[in-house]
Amino acid sequence: MIAAAMVVTGRNAVHAALFLIINIVSLAILFLLLGAEFVAAIQIVVYAGAIMVLFLYVVMFSGAAATPEGPDRLAWQRRIAVVAGLMLLVLAVKVISHGGLGPVPAGKQVAGSPAVIGEIVFTQYALPFEIASLLLLVAMVGAIALAKEKKE
Amino acid sequence: MMEAIPTGYCLFLSAILFTIGVVGFLTRRNAVLVFMCIEIMLNAVNLSFIAFARRLGSLDGQVAVLFVITVAAAEVAVGLSIIVALFRKRKTVDVDQIDLMKW
Repeated sequence: MIAAAMVVTGRNAVHAALFLIINIVSLAILFLLLGAEFVAAIQIVVYAGAIMVLFLYVVMFSGAAATPEGPDRLAWQRRIAVVAGLMLLVLAVKVISHGGLGPVPAGKQVAGSPAVIGEIVFTQYALPFEIASLLLLVAMVGAIALAKEKKE
Repeated sequence: MMEAIPTGYCLFLSAILFTIGVVGFLTRRNAVLVFMCIEIMLNAVNLSFIAFARRLGSLDGQVAVLFVITVAAAEVAVGLSIIVALFRKRKTVDVDQIDLMKW
């Protein structure tokens, strides 16, 4: 799984997209192992299905498969970025190992079946659910408006 | 559940994935790849949400992941259409070339 994510930072955009699919699917399997069945299914359907199709479409459309040519004007920033990323990783690992999280305590298993999740979403989280639907509508209209050809 | 995956492992994997996303986000020049790195970061956070939901025995974390996925879908739709519009105007997806607002 880590390897799949590593190669996302590779050269070719199409290859990167395919490796991202591998990454997403393996995360979905991990979700399944962690007792989140519904979220795993949604992960496969939404990410590997919808979002990756959008990505591949845009990669093909814009001919972005090759890495852009031209002088690298920000090379020094890249080195700083890698160093900063490594520092972030060290910090996160330190914080996590400080917490001392062992195995899951027994007797607290949850199973995220669609029925249970749906019950929570439509009762306790009804308002965020409506806001999310509104957000999706706005995003859809905005995407269509942005991608539309301007008629002269 | 057959066996218990320790929460710490999930958090380590989440941290590694998030770092990969951050470094990729900061170093890539292709705008589409930058978006993919954002997706990696969101997935890393989703993983830690799920791990904590399991540890605390509550489903709130899984509901939060659902909302994160919803927002990610909206964000990708808008972002990619911005990239398409930008490509129509400037014929490039290199984020280094897009410096209109630089002073």
